[in-house]
Amino acid sequence: MNRRQRLWVLLLGLAGVAALLVAAAFRLPTFGSDFHPYGDRAVHEALARHTANAIAAVNFDQRAFDTLGEESILFGAVLGTVVLLRQARDEHQVTPAPARVAAPVRRYALVLLPVTLVTGLYIVAHGQLTPGGGFQGGVVAATALHLLYIAVDYRALERIRPLGLFEVGDAVGEAAYLITGAAGLLAGTAYLTNALPLGTLDSLASGGTVPLLNAAIGMEVACAVVVLLARFLDQAVEIEEEGDRS
Amino acid sequence: MADLLIALALLLVAAAATAAVAVREPARQALALSLLGLTLTLLFTVLQAPDVALSQLAVGSALTPLLVLLSVRKARRRSLDRVRAEQQAEERP
Repeated sequence: MNRRQRLWVLLLGLAGVAALLVAAAFRLPTFGSDFHPYGDRAVHEALARHTANAIAAVNFDQRAFDTLGEESILFGAVLGTVVLLRQARDEHQVTPAPARVAAPVRRYALVLLPVTLVTGLYIVAHGQLTPGGGFQGGVVAATALHLLYIAVDYRALERIRPLGLFEVGDAVGEAAYLITGAAGLLAGTAYLTNALPLGTLDSLASGGTVPLLNAAIGMEVACAVVVLLARFLDQAVEIEEEGDRS
Repeated sequence: MADLLIALALLLVAAAATAAVAVREPARQALALSLLGLTLTLLFTVLQAPDVALSQLAVGSALTPLLVLLSVRKARRRSLDRVRAEQQAEERP
């Protein structure tokens, strides 16, 4: 097949996809209308399981298996990064020099660190009630730790960040999700079915497995982000190629 | 009123996205990407999707630009060291 023929095949395919997309778009409910067939059913199901945040009910109850896939993607991606960005044989580690931080920056970051950390944990814990959840809260909590890098320097961050523990935490979070899903099997129903007592709507212990899965995701994501950033920071700050500055 | 806010947020997203593509320098691109994340957060909030807005704020406007900046720093340091090594090699003979 020459170049011209291939171009025609591509154009044919593109035209087909475009036609299908336009046809599908005309059948969609109009933007901003009151007709939400999927939304109405999802909210109904969420309230039936005593989960105030309907989004959390979709993510961790009705579509919990999808979330397992997404979590595994993050887990695999971080694993790949750890392997790719490890210290190679022709590289060596240097100790970064302590940096001078302006006093206002230091004060601001040190005050914000505990506030951000608590905010992240709050978002994880209240995932079944208010917007947010394990993923959002996990990222916030993980970035909170890195305020120490801004406030002091890299060595201070390394001291409060035992990387091995965070790597284990990443795996434990992933495993906790899998095992909580298996609880449905023990209860005699399908994998990842919400089989726990549902509790009172709008209380912290409501939604059955939703808060547990949220906590598992929160742990996995927080640890994954810390490990990911640690590998990037190591490469940017500490690891040098052999022969550099010799 | 709500339509006006949505239109405004969409325009902001379009402007920020164009800026992120138009800027060619990687370190500045990270900043533009962060701004794009902020405008997207605004759009999702206006469209009453606070869950997505939170994810976007945390990942799109904080985490991704940070990873880009760290990669840029590593690449720059590498090329700087290489230039220095070449200069030393030239001075030696």
